[in-house]
Amino acid sequence: MARVIDMPKLSPTMEEGQIVTWHKKEGDAVEVDELLAEVETDKATMEFRSFDRGTLLKILVPPGSMVRLGEPVAVIGKSGESAEHLIPNARGAAPPSAAAPPSAATPASAATPASAATPASAATPASAATPASAPVAAAFVAPAAIVAASVGADGRVKASPYVRKLARERSLDLRSVHGSGTGGRIVARDLEGASTSSPTVIPVAAPTAPTPTLALGREPRIKPLSMMRRTIARRLTESKQQVPHFYLTIDVDAGALVELRTRFNAEVGRKVSFNDLVVKAVAIAIARAPEVNAQFTPEALVYHRRVDISVAVAVDDGLVTPVVRDADQLTLLQISDKIQALSLRARERKLGVEEMTGGTFSISNLGMHGIDEFAAVINPPEGAILAVGAIRSEPVVKNDVVVPGKRMKLTLSCDHRVVDGAVGAKFLAELRGVIEHPLQILAL
Amino acid sequence: MKSMRYREAVREAIAEEMERDSRVFLMGEEVAQYQGAYKVSEGLLERFGEKRIIDTPITEAGFAGIGIGAAIVGLRPIIEFMTWNFSAVAFDQLLNNAAKLRQMSGGQLSVPIVFRGPNGSARQVGSQHSHSMEHFYVHVPGLKVVAPATPADAKGMLKAAIRDDDPVLFLESETLYSVKGDVPEGDYVVPFGKGRIAREGKDCTLISYSRMVHVCLEAAEALAAKGIDCEVIDLRSLRPLDEEILVQSISKTHRAVVAYEGWPYGGVGAEVVDRIQRLAFDELDAPILRVTTLDVPMPYNAKLEQHVIPQADRVIAAVEAVTYRRD
Repeated sequence: MARVIDMPKLSPTMEEGQIVTWHKKEGDAVEVDELLAEVETDKATMEFRSFDRGTLLKILVPPGSMVRLGEPVAVIGKSGESAEHLIPNARGAAPPSAAAPPSAATPASAATPASAATPASAATPASAATPASAPVAAAFVAPAAIVAASVGADGRVKASPYVRKLARERSLDLRSVHGSGTGGRIVARDLEGASTSSPTVIPVAAPTAPTPTLALGREPRIKPLSMMRRTIARRLTESKQQVPHFYLTIDVDAGALVELRTRFNAEVGRKVSFNDLVVKAVAIAIARAPEVNAQFTPEALVYHRRVDISVAVAVDDGLVTPVVRDADQLTLLQISDKIQALSLRARERKLGVEEMTGGTFSISNLGMHGIDEFAAVINPPEGAILAVGAIRSEPVVKNDVVVPGKRMKLTLSCDHRVVDGAVGAKFLAELRGVIEHPLQILAL
Repeated sequence: MKSMRYREAVREAIAEEMERDSRVFLMGEEVAQYQGAYKVSEGLLERFGEKRIIDTPITEAGFAGIGIGAAIVGLRPIIEFMTWNFSAVAFDQLLNNAAKLRQMSGGQLSVPIVFRGPNGSARQVGSQHSHSMEHFYVHVPGLKVVAPATPADAKGMLKAAIRDDDPVLFLESETLYSVKGDVPEGDYVVPFGKGRIAREGKDCTLISYSRMVHVCLEAAEALAAKGIDCEVIDLRSLRPLDEEILVQSISKTHRAVVAYEGWPYGGVGAEVVDRIQRLAFDELDAPILRVTTLDVPMPYNAKLEQHVIPQADRVIAAVEAVTYRRD
């Protein structure tokens, strides 16, 4: 007996997922626990394994589609069994008019866009994947599957009537369009540059001519938002809008640190990076000025006793922040090993959700890219982030004499709701102490 | 073309129609000996004599009723209300006689009458004399209501009103009487039910009539400097209403603001909004906003009065809102 497979919950916070690749094609045999697809969730790319044994009869959503939890993605059954009768079921309570081409195009059904867009009818991907269904009908129910910012809690997209008309005419899928109007409403200007040929917009009908305003071959490159990009955009916007940032910068003497690293790498025979050294130094400084290891909540200030340091790691499409747990309890070499392992897994997109959450303090290092100093955006709910600049060779004054020296700038971004200026300054003074007298890094 | 003031255009229309048709006469308070409270009828007594330019006592219900009776028996009266505020006293005549008799008589009677006078705000005439009466009258089937903004339309539409076989309410404005403009020479008649594009534009449609058309044009100039290109529609005729011009313009601009004098509850603006949302729903990119007189009786204090009357700055803010330049 064929049955519909829904999008499962693949991470604790997942509300929707993007099908990255199908590992099975229609007609393939599927075993229990066999890999069906890879799904990009809000945190990581997860494996979507089958709970059933049978034949993959029908794929309802093409790769790249965003699907909300519990929405149908495929039909599994016996080989040769027909899946067609299940597809209307997969659409849940989709109004009959949405599946009936002639009536869907009449003004009568056009007068009920609200009902067509209820979450119950959210099986749009199904209709998008079945060219047999009328283009107009598909366009009409398309908003149901919308997951962009313009989607309300009830799953209904907010778009002006004119935008809906344009979407029908140009066969645009509004799900990936960001609304810039009141309350996130998609308005006409948000469609500028969106043509049917761009991957943002999934054609649901025969391709139509590109919008005449754009010269052929001169269209901007449109890159659909990945889940990671969505998460970055959402979290950093929240941070900058809601967290009152202020910034403290110190310029430390890094001469001893450079010398220590050179000798350590030569004499111990293990390579540690400046970043490893800074992470350990920060862990020591936090132990001495623990007030920066804190978090604001509307009810109370939370001072952490654990020192879990999030380390920003650049990956192909953005960045992630794996967490070095209990950094204050680890030796320099343990920290170095841990960061290497996490970075490798981050670049392979294999980090688990739990490896990227629960940090108490962040470090972002752009020194290796030649950045002298910068101010980082706080990674909520943490209370502070340290931005590490490059080590510069420059003349310094020592005992009233100008000598060659090594300097490094460190900027602490603080959430003023929980970390005040004096607290941040005390932490930076401790950090300066550790970096300028770095043998502690080996001892502690 | 001849340049003239609004009051001269109204006067010319009356004089030309009185020359053309001996059934036409003018009646109202101060229209004859005093030459008109706003000098609209200046010189007409001398020209047409006291049988056709008739002073009345302060009895709006009386002379409105006499006018309706005269129209029923074949004359073509022009009844001047010194201001439309005073028509409130004659409301029963307009509502129950002028508007109803054709229907109630099964088509045996017609009431070819024009009621005219200044409407809307003036300068510090107090709350009882600052009404925008069109909102009461457009509600009534059987009445035609027009409110031209320019001397040309004033002349052409008044001539059309006098020639109409049904009651027409012709709304002028104290603050429009001195406005100058070109008026075509000859027998210039502007039919009802046709709006006018006062300014072409592509980003937002500003819909107005009477005095507020000029405020909208001022707002459109300021908005052009901000890069927002407004189309200004002068409705001219409020009942019948030109739906086609609304749909055509909104199909081009996708956004609309209706600006007029009168309180925000109901009224002409609400009617315009209803037509647009019904006839051009799929063209709308933003909710339609209205800019109206504030929802209070008109204050006498000059500054407060100007605050209550819709001004260009409020029109500008509304256009910026529907073009999503501000919340």
